[in-house]
Amino acid sequence: MTGYILKRLLSAVPVLLGITVIVFLIMAMIPGDPATAILGSYATPENVEKLNRDLGLDKPLVQQYFIWLGNMLQGDFGTSFALNRPVIDEVLERFNATLVLAGTAFVLCSLFGVAAGVISAANQYGWADKAITFVVLLGISIPSFFLGMMMILFFAVNLRLFPVSGMWPIYGARDLSALASHLALPAIALAVVATGVIARLARSAMLEVLRQDFIRTARAKGVPERGVIWRHALKAAMVSIIPILGIQAGFVLSGAVYIEIVFQWPGVGRMLVDAILKRDILLVQGGVVFVAACYVLFNIAVDVAQSLLDPRIKT
Amino acid sequence: MTISSLTRRTLLAFGTAAALVLSAPGAFAQTPPGVLIVGQIAEPKSLDPAAVTAVNDFRILMNVYDGLVRYKDGTLETEPALATDWTISDDGTVYTFNLREGVKFHDGSAFDAEAVKFNFDRMLDESHPYYDTGPFPLSFFFSAVEGVEVVDPLTVRFTLNAPYAPFLSNLAYPTGLIVSPAAVMQYGSDFGRNPSGTGAFKFAEWRSNEAVVVEANPEYWDGAPELQAVVFRPITDANTRTAEMLAGGIDLMVEVPPVALSEFQADPYTVHEQAGPHVWFLILNAKEGPFADVRVRQAANYAINKEAIVNDVLEGTAEVAAGPTPPAFAWAYNPELEPYPYDPDRARELIAEAGVEGAELTFYVTEGGSGMLDPVAMGTAIQADLEAVGFDVKIETYEWNTFLGNVNPGLEGKADMAEMAWMTNDPDTLPFLALRTAAFPDQGGFNSGYYSNPQVDELLEAARAATDQAERARLYKEMQVIVQEDAPWVFVANWKQNAVTSDRVENFALQPSFFLLLDDVVKN
Repeated sequence: MTGYILKRLLSAVPVLLGITVIVFLIMAMIPGDPATAILGSYATPENVEKLNRDLGLDKPLVQQYFIWLGNMLQGDFGTSFALNRPVIDEVLERFNATLVLAGTAFVLCSLFGVAAGVISAANQYGWADKAITFVVLLGISIPSFFLGMMMILFFAVNLRLFPVSGMWPIYGARDLSALASHLALPAIALAVVATGVIARLARSAMLEVLRQDFIRTARAKGVPERGVIWRHALKAAMVSIIPILGIQAGFVLSGAVYIEIVFQWPGVGRMLVDAILKRDILLVQGGVVFVAACYVLFNIAVDVAQSLLDPRIKT
Repeated sequence: MTISSLTRRTLLAFGTAAALVLSAPGAFAQTPPGVLIVGQIAEPKSLDPAAVTAVNDFRILMNVYDGLVRYKDGTLETEPALATDWTISDDGTVYTFNLREGVKFHDGSAFDAEAVKFNFDRMLDESHPYYDTGPFPLSFFFSAVEGVEVVDPLTVRFTLNAPYAPFLSNLAYPTGLIVSPAAVMQYGSDFGRNPSGTGAFKFAEWRSNEAVVVEANPEYWDGAPELQAVVFRPITDANTRTAEMLAGGIDLMVEVPPVALSEFQADPYTVHEQAGPHVWFLILNAKEGPFADVRVRQAANYAINKEAIVNDVLEGTAEVAAGPTPPAFAWAYNPELEPYPYDPDRARELIAEAGVEGAELTFYVTEGGSGMLDPVAMGTAIQADLEAVGFDVKIETYEWNTFLGNVNPGLEGKADMAEMAWMTNDPDTLPFLALRTAAFPDQGGFNSGYYSNPQVDELLEAARAATDQAERARLYKEMQVIVQEDAPWVFVANWKQNAVTSDRVENFALQPSFFLLLDDVVKN
């Protein structure tokens, strides 16, 4: 197992190097540069050139890339032009916020998605199945940013049950209940689509398992129905559900971009959007590399979890 | 497996969640008295006035720092601030300022002539030990400054390389705000996160992506502010900012989107409006194509229904522009100028005279950008108006940075017209940088449509060199008449900045400078 994990980690190295090249090239290729973004209307060629020189952007691209990569390998991600602050501080702080949001949403969609799928499958074509299928279809069909805006309008503006935006109160204690009240709406808005997808796929995974012989055997032995479903069938179905959860984790992470903008959540998605618009090259590059590294690691973790669960998967 | 057991459990879970939520109702409705919470449009880049360019950042800075001079309340004319008075040499190149006595920076160090010299040397002298706390993108506002001399602790002398009339006005601009040298020395390039000035509010805290907090400076030389503190919250999404205002999470909201204004027209809100030094126009390519003919440029001015744009597209958040100078520059604006009326028949006549019926036009439109208002919708309306008089208009849309990269080097060979907007602090800036022959893009200017009229060039050069305001005003007024007739641009709109306050906020007024001045504001 250790060998397998090591092998997977090593194979991630070229992936990450490729990502650094791609993100660097994309930032170099898109029109507009940080100096133009900073100067706005005042961007004469002369001012742009001077500012680019002050920002160290007048060197050849290849040289810029290796300087960036070399610094990054030593843990120095550079300083953001637009925020005047070390990239790594900003990325870590923002990634933390995203993890809180996406992590909560992921737990919500995993729990409710799998539960809904199991209940649906256990009552195939029953009223619970129909009701769940209907709600799930609705959830999948609503764009998350729209749902977020409607939730703000209803729960925050009209009912004033939750704050509109942000992660922490401007005044008052920064405790768990303050965080929870700020987290509730964005986490739910973010979880809804993934919940629907997971529910559908969990339902079909369960249906497939429920048709198998060992289930009939379990029932014949007199195992109570609840045990058959939740212990025997769900355990077997988890082998196909876990990769789905892994993929959905990626969707939740990328879906967080919209939700972070709507709810002004200080996460990494909103940071990247702002940074791209401002041509804040180092922040975009550092942010993307960091997020990509986390995503690669997460995928490895999912694969390892799957192989632990199913001995048939070769390690 | 029974449904009922699950339902019970689910009910319990929902019940607990609901109880948790309902246990703290109203907690999000009230903000404390004496503390003003401002909904900003973005996180500031830095709180170092020499390092920033955005109006969004200026809104904070103007409350933390003072300049040698400032704009008189409700105008764009300068009055004393940290300087009590000044003299200008007859040739307009030497400015000598007497400084206010007994003023201290928030960090306790004294404000004096040395501090003033430090500020300008830091920005302008590449060998200055703190030049590396930059870059200072707008330092060219002071590129005419040849040297700053300390005459005595309370007297400072600026020598310019040529007469430059906008100098005082530039000193009142945020780039001219005076920072504490001691704090710059202490924090170096981190000064932008640890600012220290002489202003009505002192910096307290910057929580990244959440808020910048400033507190009252009880020793402010112009009288301590009424508020205890101001919290600036960055809320980039306009809908979310509107929702925060409606939910009571902020007390003051700037840049209300036109479509959201109706939400705030009744109690308990007040909508504030103030026309500013902004002009939204179309650059016409006067070098080649149909717009090389002045009659076609005038035709475009007649063909576009500007009333409809400001009233319907912009929902009344702007006024029709008459010429290149916004009326907010009251002293320099020519009130006799009437906007081109909407007259499609006259436009068709002029087009027929010029023989360019059915000409194809390439029109650069941006998706959004500083001062651009609602550029896509406005561009579409303009396209429809021009097609109604027989042009065939092809729109090309670009993201703001790309757009500037296309437009600023000049429209030649690429496009016939482009959207543009400027906000400036002096009537000199825009025409000098964008209407002179010597401001063609290849000479480092912004005259992307290649308009050239020697008479306008002369007037603008003379106005820049004149130190007498009445004389400058006369020259600018003459320039406006000529430029309107020559129609190098389609003059479309002057934006009215807006803001909304809740009924707990008193004594608030917007300034034509677009700055947010909060020292007299009260919050109950």
